[in-house]
Formats: sequence, C-alpha cells, structure tokens
Amino acid sequence: MSNFETVIGLEVHVELKTNSKIFSPAPNAFGSEPNSNVNPIDLGYPGVLPVLNEEAVNFAMKAAMAINCEIATDTKFDRKNYFYPDNPKAYQISQFDQPIGENGWIDIEVNGETKRIGITRLHLEEDAGKLTHNDDGYSLVDYNRQGTPLVEIVSEPDIRTPEEAYAYLEKLKNIIQYTGVSDCKMEEGSLRCDANISIRPIGQEEFGTKTELKNLNSFSFVQKGLEYEEKRQREVLLNGGEILQETRRYDEKTKETILMRVKEGSDDYRYFPEPDLVPLYIDDAWKERIRAEIPELPDARLARYVKELDLPAYDAGVLTSTKEMSDFFEATIASGADAKQASNWLMGEVSAYMNKQQVEINDLKMTPEGLAKMIKLIADGTISSKMAKKVFAELVENGGDPEKIVKEKGLVQISDEGQLREIISGILDANEQSIIDFKNGKDKALGFLVGQTMKATKGQANPPMVNKIILEEIEKR
Amino acid sequence: MSLFDYTLKELQEKLHNKEITVSDLVETSFARINEVDDEVQAFLTLNEEEAKKQAKELDEQLGTDASILYGAPIGIKDNIVTKGLRTTAASQILANLNDPLYDATVVEKLNAEKTVTIGKLNMDEFAMGSTNENSGYKKTRNPWNTDYVPGGSSGGSAAAVAAGEVFFSLGSDTGGSIRQPASFCGVVGLKPTYGLVSRFGLVAFASSLDQIGPITRTVEDNAHLLQAIVGHDKMDSTSANVEIPNYSDAFKQDVKGLRIAVPKEYLAEGVDKEVKEAVLQALKKYEELGATWEEVSLPHSKYAVAAYYLLSSSEASANLARFDGVRYGVRTEKRVDMLDMFKHSRAEGFGDEVKRRIMLGTFALSSGYYDAYYKKAQKVRTLIKNDFEKIFEDYDVIVGPTSPTTAYKIGEKIDDPLTMYVDDILTIPVNLAGVPGISVPCGLSSEGLPIGLQIIGKHFDESTVYRTAYAFEQATDHHKKRPSLGGDK
Repeated sequence: MSNFETVIGLEVHVELKTNSKIFSPAPNAFGSEPNSNVNPIDLGYPGVLPVLNEEAVNFAMKAAMAINCEIATDTKFDRKNYFYPDNPKAYQISQFDQPIGENGWIDIEVNGETKRIGITRLHLEEDAGKLTHNDDGYSLVDYNRQGTPLVEIVSEPDIRTPEEAYAYLEKLKNIIQYTGVSDCKMEEGSLRCDANISIRPIGQEEFGTKTELKNLNSFSFVQKGLEYEEKRQREVLLNGGEILQETRRYDEKTKETILMRVKEGSDDYRYFPEPDLVPLYIDDAWKERIRAEIPELPDARLARYVKELDLPAYDAGVLTSTKEMSDFFEATIASGADAKQASNWLMGEVSAYMNKQQVEINDLKMTPEGLAKMIKLIADGTISSKMAKKVFAELVENGGDPEKIVKEKGLVQISDEGQLREIISGILDANEQSIIDFKNGKDKALGFLVGQTMKATKGQANPPMVNKIILEEIEKR
Repeated sequence: MSLFDYTLKELQEKLHNKEITVSDLVETSFARINEVDDEVQAFLTLNEEEAKKQAKELDEQLGTDASILYGAPIGIKDNIVTKGLRTTAASQILANLNDPLYDATVVEKLNAEKTVTIGKLNMDEFAMGSTNENSGYKKTRNPWNTDYVPGGSSGGSAAAVAAGEVFFSLGSDTGGSIRQPASFCGVVGLKPTYGLVSRFGLVAFASSLDQIGPITRTVEDNAHLLQAIVGHDKMDSTSANVEIPNYSDAFKQDVKGLRIAVPKEYLAEGVDKEVKEAVLQALKKYEELGATWEEVSLPHSKYAVAAYYLLSSSEASANLARFDGVRYGVRTEKRVDMLDMFKHSRAEGFGDEVKRRIMLGTFALSSGYYDAYYKKAQKVRTLIKNDFEKIFEDYDVIVGPTSPTTAYKIGEKIDDPLTMYVDDILTIPVNLAGVPGISVPCGLSSEGLPIGLQIIGKHFDESTVYRTAYAFEQATDHHKKRPSLGGDK
C-alpha cells in the first residue's frame, strides 16, 4: 500500500464453556430449544440479583494468562446501559475500568517473520440473547444465550496488514482452544470478531480516523473485509475525501463493506459500578492455582516437537496449529507410533482426507490408537507402505482395528525368506534372458524381475526382501 | 379490642391453648380490611382465598414445636415478589404481573415460619416517595387522620399495621421508607443493617441502599419478625455472612450506663417544635432509666440529601430500565417500531416522580457529568459513613427524631418534590452509612398525629437498637395508643 500505512485493532469476543451461566444457575448450552435454558434471572425479572459464577472467573483468568496478560488483584463489574430487546435488564454486566487481564501479547508468524501483537485488555462480561427478525414486522428473542460468560479481548493497534489480522485471529483462537475454556467456533458464535481499521501517511504518528467492521462471519471474511476497507479508505483520501467514523459490515456476496451507521461522538453507556456484586479480590494463591491448570500451549508444544521429537519446525507448526490435531498426534505417539511417521501420516494422508471430506479430526472414525497400530504394522514389516494405503482408506472411513483390516483384506505381506526364495527361483528359471541382461548392466531387468515376483505374490511380497533375494539368487547363477 | 392488640407471644399462647385458631386470626384480618380499608386504602392485592385455605391447613397441622410467627397474618409491601400473587411495586407498568414466577427470599423464609400472607400493600411507585401519593393505583390514608398521608414509601405497610388490618408487615427502606411511615403512623419500623436481610426478590430501587425490614406494633414483635427474615443468602452477593444473635436476648438487659449520642443537626432548625419536644422528653426518660446522652455532630449530614438523590437516582435509572414492555409488564398498544415501543411503554407505564428520578439518574451518570455527580456523591457517602463510625467509637446508639415533622396533609407537598426530599434529612444518612435504624412511637402532636423517635446503631448491632427501643417502650405507653377508625370511632 504505497504511501499509506494501515493500522488495525481487533476486538474478539469468546464465549466460555462453563457449566452454568455467569450470573445465574441456568445451564450454558448451545443449540437448545429457544428460551429453554432461562430462569427469572436471565429474563431480568423484577427483584432478581446476579451471583458471580466462580468457574467463569477461573476460565477468564486462564484465557488471560494464556495470552500473557497481567491478572488484576482488585477487579470489579460495572453496568453498561443500553436499550435493546436482547438485553433483558437494559444493562449488560461488564467490566469497565478494572478488567481482569491487561497488558498481554501474542506472537504471530507472517511470511516467516515473527511479530508480537499487544493485547490491551481482557475483560469478563455476560452475553446477550439473540434476535430473529421476521418478515411480518415482529422480531423474536431467544434468551438462551443471555448470561453466557464472555471474554472480550482487545488488541493494541499493532496489526499492520489484513494478513496479520488473519494470523492474529488464528493464533488467538488456537491458544484459547488449548486452554480448554472455549470451543471458539465462529459458526456457533462462540468466537466473534469486530475490526477497527484506519490508514495514515507513512511516517505520521497520529492515527487516521477509523472505521469499525462488524458482521464478520469467518476469519477469511475479516481479512477480505479489511483488504476492501484499506483500499476504500485509500481511494477516499487520494480523491480528497474524508474518512468518517463509521460502522460498516462486510457483505459476503458483493465482497464489499457497506455502511451501517455513522458514529457521532462515542456512545454513552453510562458505566457505573454494579452495586449488586461485591468487588472481586484475586489473591496470589488463586492466581497460582489457575496458572498451574493451564496446559502446554501451542508455542511450547511446537518447540518441544522440534527439540525432543526432532520434527522439522514446519511440521511442528502444522501439527500444533489446532489443539485437536496436536492432541491426536500426542495420543498417536503415546500409543507407540514413531513420531516422524505419525507426523507424516497426519500431515499427509489424514489432512488430505479431512480436506476432501470437509471434516475435523475429531469427526474421524479412526482413533489415534488405530493410526498408531497401522504405523507399527508398517514398521515391523507386516504390511508394505503400499498396502498401508489400502488399510488407511478403510481405517479412516470406517475405523476399526488395523490388524483385522489387514487380515480381512488378505493384505499380509510375505516376509518368509524361504517362501520368497522358492518363488523367486521359479521366476529366475523362467526368465534367463533377464538375468543375462542384468549382468550386462541393464538395470531395468531387475525391475522386471521384481515386478514378476510381486505379480506372482499378488503384491504381498515384502519389497525390500524381494530385491535382496533376487540379487543374491542372480549372484549364485 | 382486637386480636391484634396482643403480642406475638400472647397470640401463640392462645393458639396453643386452643382459645383461638389461625382461621380466627385470618378472619379477623379480612374482617378488619372490610371494615376500614375503604378509608385507609392500604391494600393493592388481597390473597383472601389462599390465606383462608392456608389457615385451615395450619390449624390442622399446629404442633407444639410451631414457630412464634405461626399463623400470624402478615402484609407484604408490593415491591417484594410473591410467586403466584400479583406484584406491581405500585406501578402501572407492572399492572399485569400476576405471577412474578418466584418468591423473594424473605417470603420463602416467612413461608417456612408459617405466617399467612394477607395481601400486598400500597407504596409509592417503585418506592420513590414519602407519602404514597406517588402510587400508580391509590393514595393510602393515615389511620390517625385520613386527611393525612401515611408517609412512604412503605405507607401501606405502616398504615395496615396501625389500622389493625394485619398483625405485622414487611416494608423496604432506601432513604427512610420504613422509618418515616412508621413514625407517621405510630408503629415500630426497623431498617436493618445493609446486608442483614436478603434483597433477592425485592424490586430494586437503589441496590446499594435498599433493605427490607419489619413493621410491627411493638419492639418485641419487631425483633421476632426480624429474626425470621435475616441471614446470609447465596442468591444475594451483598448479603452479609455474619453470625445472627438471638434478638430477644436484648430485652433481658436494661439501659443503665448506655451512652446515647444526639447529633445537633437532628434537633436543628427545620425540626418541628412539637417533634423536638417529644424527643427531648424521650431523652429525659432515658436519663431516668440510667442512660446518659450528649450532643455530637454529624458534620457531613448536610450533604446527605444531595448525595442520596444522586446515588439512588443513578442506580434507579439502570434498575428501572428493564421495564421495557418486552418480556413482561405492560407494553404500549400503539403500533410502533422497536425504539418507540420502549419509549411509549415507559411513558405510559411510569408516573411523574419515577420519570423525574430516571432522568436525574441518567443525567448524573452521563459522560462528562459522572465525576462531578455520581463519583462525588460516593465520596460524600464515605464521609458520612466515617462520621457515624467516629460517633460510635464513643457511643452505643444515636437518638433523634425520625422525621422533622408529623404527617402532612394529602396534597400538601406533592407539587414541591424538593421540600419533600429535604424532609428525608434525618433518615437518609442512616442508609448512606448502611447502619440499622428504628422508629418507635414517642408521642402525639397537638393535632393527634404520631411522632417517631429514631434510634440508630452500629453495623449489625440491631440488638442494642432493640434494647434501647424496648426500654423506652416499656417505660412509656405511646405504643398502646390506637387511632380511631371504623367501629372504633
């Protein structure tokens, strides 16, 4: 982007998968009958009071720690006031000036370079209900989502390209998933993103006027929306226009951003401390208890795969790019598979299958134990790599025990030396010309003899042994 | 002589001796309501059928281990939610809330003690007011003289007890809403320490100030009713986890050596001469009983009213925002878009005083004004709290009038809200400090209207408040006086 620099900051909302809601005992579950997971507290009935769910605080702390935030010792909740039918109390209980986490960061990698993106804050709040607008002029409200614990993660304006924004989101999602506090499923709304973007002439300190992008339903739409928006802003400025402080949405069909509303000044939410909740004091012992519960995070896993398992950095990066893949890999090697082999299979055949079928690794019928067993069958010579492809096709499609598959398909490799020598003797007897050719330096002849042997054994002969025995037998003649 | 002239203890004896039944008590209650409520207008909703059914069951189940509140007819202020029983907080916006879906924690506790809920009592809409003239339904009258207001906001709760319609009642107190009507109606009303009684199920006005409390004819019965409703509640994060004493123990001790503080601000200009005289008489009585009193100062109390109206209105502006016609309550019948549905529903449903306070609170919280109003008011609150703590280093209780005046005539002050706000000057500091305060009858004015004596104690020291109040009550007969109503005339 010549002469202009892009400045992007992202606000990400992540729903925490606690058992119950943040301020009421109603279950926190996705996909239930509308308004079935609600009680008078969620509906904002007269006289109800919020009671803070400790699990939600623990989860928020875990997420904040995983993205390197400092954890507040004294924190509190505030009321954010606004009228909307999905907001039953007409205020959202959120955190204003004392968020649970501040001053964090995550490292992203773009074009082989590592860049650190600052995180301004992570705060805990309640999610709102969901509106469905009907054609008849009425809207329906489902309050199941009301009160789902939510963390809002606000990045510093450190992001400079839409590509970095994409990498940031991938990394953030990955880290949060590793902590186990959220599924981070954008399609279910458990991860949502708003993007702020402005441009400024290179060298200028001051930020340009920003626009806010909403309705971004996937990471790639975030990237595309930002790409469109930086182009649009540049054109406006180059044509002597002025960027207005606007909220815009990304239209997936036209691939453009569309004006939703122009912001005049900032919204006044009239924040004030929530008088129904007492201030929250988080002592060191509590913090340490939560810190000890945080599992190994992707960067640490990647480093360990390189250092201890001797995997190439690229492979380690792919394996740790989602928690599911990495956990599958861990379980496979824990079942006795060689790490390099397990990595090759997961990055190769398994990933290809997942891409083709558009499924996630946890949707596969194949278990890590199954994959490990298959890899061991290859290693001990029971099946050849070629046979393994057939076993894998069955295993990945229908699951099951690789040993059984091998037997059922009659795929057992012939590795009995005596048996092979007998078959090969017969083939050499029948192909004397090939032996002469080989001795005269025609290497091709060897391939022919191997082919004949495989044909005679219906492909079940152990290939390295076949090679070895043919050479030995020719030598004898 | 009504059954309700007995104390709880006496009633229980009669119940167990089979001299009376719970049904007799409940019938007495409804008979009295039939007799006088056209004049008093204390009730918004009656629970007659259910109460009578319950009375029969209680008569069958009466055992020797029954609680002291067993079968006692109680009235509940209409801002305390009662499952299956209409709860409106005296607002038209909740006119159709026939079932608020759950019982307030205090109601659950009363049900466990087997009191019988007679009905829901009138109040100023959402507890905003001190005369009951702000009710969205009716104007409750002072039983001592029905041309006068009963006080507020718990006016219905105080009037119903004074009129003998119920044995006792629950009110709520945000800036004096139990004590001032108790004072105006000549009954005993306690605002407990903030956090002593669960607020779960109390329709919120100002969350950091609201407390539910008992209104009774005697101090002793007040303690019994309080005993039943206190205690930590996991549904209310602001409810305190403190050890609960046996409040009746307070009555075993006299007041010899008790150190009483009398803030000079509480007997200053603006306090009615007759009120001041009655309070001085009460202090004289305490001297006779062996207590001592000294004048002290609450220097920041002059800022209390301003701080209170900023804080309570700010909290109210958020607390009352949920009444939007979407999920329950009254929705405008106008066919309008979403934003106008909010606006019209609220414009039609709320009364003037409620709107005034919502606007005041919304303004005080607005960006650019927050520091000057809300934040500063919070600082004043801390200073007032400190004033009280300082006095309590040297004294056991603070004593003064509950209200600067006796009850006003209906209509006298309704068009002058500011004067009415200022009349809360003696009760408001107690809420801001979070300490307990009681109002007990201490005489009648020349017009025959009751005067209330306010006794304020340390945080969670309701026992000393009761001890002080009880000693005075036992040494005087103010609490035995009854208004003339219905057949009494």
